[in-house]
Amino acid sequence: MKRRDSLKALSLTGFGLAVNPVEAAVPAPPDVKPLKIPGGRQKFEAERDARLNAEKFFTPHELQTVTVLSDIIIPADERSGSASQAGVPAFIEFMMKDQPKNQTPMRGGIKWLDNTCTKRYGKSFVLCTKAQQIDMVEQIAYPSKAKPDMTQGASFFSFMRNLTATGFYTSQMGIKDIGYVGNVPNQWDGVPADVLKQYGLAYEERELTQGK
Amino acid sequence: MDPFQIQKAPVQYDVAIVGSGAGGGMAAYMLAKAGAKVVLLEAGGYFDPADPKYITQLKWPWESPRRGAGTTRAFGDFDAAWGGWDIEGEPYTNAKGSDFQWFRSRMLGGRTNHWGRISLRFAPDDFRRKSMTGVGEDWPIGYDDIKPFYDRIDRMIGVFGSVENMPSEPDGIFLPAPKPRLHELMIRKGARSIGIPVIPSRLSILTKPVNNERGACFYCSQCGRGCQAYADFSSSSVLVKPAMKTGNVTLINGAMVREVITDPATGLCTGVSYVDTQTLQEVTVKAKSVVLAASAGETARLLLNSKSSRFPTGLANSSNVVGKYINDSTGASRSAFVPALMDRKRYNEDGVGGMHVFTPWWLDNKKLDFPRGYHIEYWGGMGMPAYGFGWGIEAMNGMIPGRDGKMHPGGGYGASLKDDYRRFYGAYVGMAGRGEPVPLESNYCEIDPNVVDKYGIPVLRFNYKWSDYEVKQAKHMQETFEEIIHSMGGIALGDKPNAANNYGLASPGQIIHEVGTARMGNDPKNSVLNKYQQAHDVKNLFVVDAAPFPSQGDKNVTWTILASSMRTSEYLIDQVKQKNI
Repeated sequence: MKRRDSLKALSLTGFGLAVNPVEAAVPAPPDVKPLKIPGGRQKFEAERDARLNAEKFFTPHELQTVTVLSDIIIPADERSGSASQAGVPAFIEFMMKDQPKNQTPMRGGIKWLDNTCTKRYGKSFVLCTKAQQIDMVEQIAYPSKAKPDMTQGASFFSFMRNLTATGFYTSQMGIKDIGYVGNVPNQWDGVPADVLKQYGLAYEERELTQGK
Repeated sequence: MDPFQIQKAPVQYDVAIVGSGAGGGMAAYMLAKAGAKVVLLEAGGYFDPADPKYITQLKWPWESPRRGAGTTRAFGDFDAAWGGWDIEGEPYTNAKGSDFQWFRSRMLGGRTNHWGRISLRFAPDDFRRKSMTGVGEDWPIGYDDIKPFYDRIDRMIGVFGSVENMPSEPDGIFLPAPKPRLHELMIRKGARSIGIPVIPSRLSILTKPVNNERGACFYCSQCGRGCQAYADFSSSSVLVKPAMKTGNVTLINGAMVREVITDPATGLCTGVSYVDTQTLQEVTVKAKSVVLAASAGETARLLLNSKSSRFPTGLANSSNVVGKYINDSTGASRSAFVPALMDRKRYNEDGVGGMHVFTPWWLDNKKLDFPRGYHIEYWGGMGMPAYGFGWGIEAMNGMIPGRDGKMHPGGGYGASLKDDYRRFYGAYVGMAGRGEPVPLESNYCEIDPNVVDKYGIPVLRFNYKWSDYEVKQAKHMQETFEEIIHSMGGIALGDKPNAANNYGLASPGQIIHEVGTARMGNDPKNSVLNKYQQAHDVKNLFVVDAAPFPSQGDKNVTWTILASSMRTSEYLIDQVKQKNI
């Protein structure tokens, strides 16, 4: 049943006219465009991904906070760009929706950070000067050294650091940065000779001759 | 359409096979090649790792919005397994105090699509542990009965390995083993220095082609995603597809088999009834013989649900043994950081999918306080970053001096943190014990009296507790792991598992090696199947998954499932020829 037909049926109900009671009670879902299922995905996964991508979790302020924090954690250097240049904030946004258990630690952590910055500097984290932001981060970036009133912030910062590292090093930019050179068809013929030498290791005779 | 209408397929097949994993795939292959008309019923969908519709191999983490996290697939977004420990609409339950985790793959080829390809033969002693130790159960057959089938499977499917002449680890007909990677050479050197053997692993991955249908391994390490060159073993690619080429196999996907149908007069199977998972229609197929290969859990469930006045406790269950003695491998693990591997030279060391070396069981249980052995699997190296990369560095980078030679508190941010990620990359190893449990009557699955799945089929309820045998084995594993880690100059990570957490012993089912729910034996009073895996009570009913196995050794059972299924299939063909069935 198309949506407009079900609406018609519902409006007829108002006049007390006979309609199928089941259909009246459960209106047909709105027409949706058929979803193209990407290669390697199951249908339910593709539908779920499409639904999550259509949702928004972060407010603009939260997204801005996440962006600033991720770039403090992984800044650009001579070898590669920064976390936000690698798309980390968008990845973190997705993970909030994909695994909703992340939402409260993230939303609450940002709020904790703003509360603490307001107390210390009179404004929220993103409105602080760069020096104030770093001063704040220093309080929460080393869990074993965090003062008792900073431990929740340290937990939040570790959470942000983990998400940032994963988001960065699983991006195209991050994989180039870390120097991973696999994921291509190749022939494995053992550890390079110079590396064996460096570690004082050698293959056994049978390993060098087998299959030859 | 009336949803309660029962469709009857008009044809009668020679054999109906339930399940397309290792056992069902092999049975379909053998029977179809022998000319039997086979209907192969698979609860999940069609799968072909060479069809772009299904390919995840060689994809990059950024092609997944969750960067490969295991949100909808237990082993990550790119893993081949459709299903997992929790499947929407297909529950199972645990009795009080039991925590069995049941992994199901709903797809052509079943769990052979994502498995570790570890292909070990049972040793002669693995068939007679009861005689040797007084606990457990002997098999009704021995190594000599199954060796010819192992040999044929080695040649037909392919397995790499090395000749070692170890009585506990019989050699096969091997393809060349890949050379160890750097971390594996370090593990080997360390472990050997303390008397623990490390030998090339034995995986069903083609380091050389075995026929024209399958290519050779191209070393991407991603067997778990399914191989588009068919260079690893999965039942769907290696058995079901060639079986279908004979023209003798009718494959029905989306067939959730509910019941084995029997003739009340003769007590013989006449076919099976299944629920079509798409239309929810009930369909019956007729067959002269029925072969169950639905997995140890599903096969037991199916037998127990196939009740009739003639079989009031479930089909082939006059012994009341169906569901009992379920046992999974033990599993415990530890990971380590290896300072010598920091700042490594980068090169491609993906290798084959899984470990290149492993430790076979090397001790004598007579001198230990637990009766069964375990082997050790290893991992490590410069793998492709995925979800979880870099996680927990705050517990790492405070342990090791920075580039400036000074100690810094763990955690941090900015340029020095970014440098730490680079320095620590590829400097981790891990190891996991996989051990033989003692099968116990008190560990069993049964039909839950209150719960059905979305198809209306009563579900399994598990009753499973590890005994002291397995806990002591796990304790020994943890001691060994630390010794190996220290022998190679590593730093063990996390707290050492202890008695409070059963020494890190995984919940039963987590290792996904459950067997034994319809054990074979010579006495119909205490076994379900005879030594040919034929039901004592119903002569045209066979089981070819791991349900028949009285024990599982410390050997991953896939190779033995394949060998046993081949043996049973030939027995079935022979019995038909002799007109006994």
